[in-house]
Amino acid sequence: MLITTTKGEMDDSLLEHKSGSVDNDVEYTTWDEYYLNGELVHRSAHVTLKKTPFTDLIGATLG
Amino acid sequence: MANQQSMCTSFLGELLSSTHNFSSANPAHTANTADTFKAALYVTTATLNASTTAYSATNEVSGTGYSAGGVTVTNANNPTSTNSSTTAGVGYWTPSASIVYSTVTLTTAFDTMLLYNSSQSNKAVAVYTFGSQTITAGNFTLTMPSNTTTTALVRLSTT
Repeated sequence: MLITTTKGEMDDSLLEHKSGSVDNDVEYTTWDEYYLNGELVHRSAHVTLKKTPFTDLIGATLG
Repeated sequence: MANQQSMCTSFLGELLSSTHNFSSANPAHTANTADTFKAALYVTTATLNASTTAYSATNEVSGTGYSAGGVTVTNANNPTSTNSSTTAGVGYWTPSASIVYSTVTLTTAFDTMLLYNSSQSNKAVAVYTFGSQTITAGNFTLTMPSNTTTTALVRLSTT
């Protein structure tokens, strides 16, 4: 698989791959990193928001 | 102070003057044309919060492949409203596709997305925060939550 890197497109077999994730109340996030001889040449992240701003609207009471 | 996730207070007031139009079906401004909403990214040292009133380039991320102002939000969903009881309900809206910043390099850490209305003087809608990120020759994707009364990206409720 070809990976877009700071050095141009490279086959992933030439790169070291690291990945990780965070799963909490706010987000589920994954990321992929590719290294060439220890240098970070690609990093992508994917965030799924779970908790978004929620606004309560309150109408005045008449009388 | 750091970025803080919040609905922008100015947005709440602007709703009462029909400033924003998320819908292509019952529009307030131009017949059958929804406003254009955009999503901009901000570095961790920015201070966006409920008092943010409009998009600003100050402390916005910069880097290869990223254009100031961010990207246009895909909007094929008209707002929906649902009664939750005889005295309360929820109005909600979510973009119809993920927000994607493709093939970018953003080396300064960022943790915030500002949703704003580029059709109406870049007025702010809401501030969304997440864990600090950097991107190197890659994609940054914000997947939208389900467009429901409890998870939609923009929700206004009465209780």
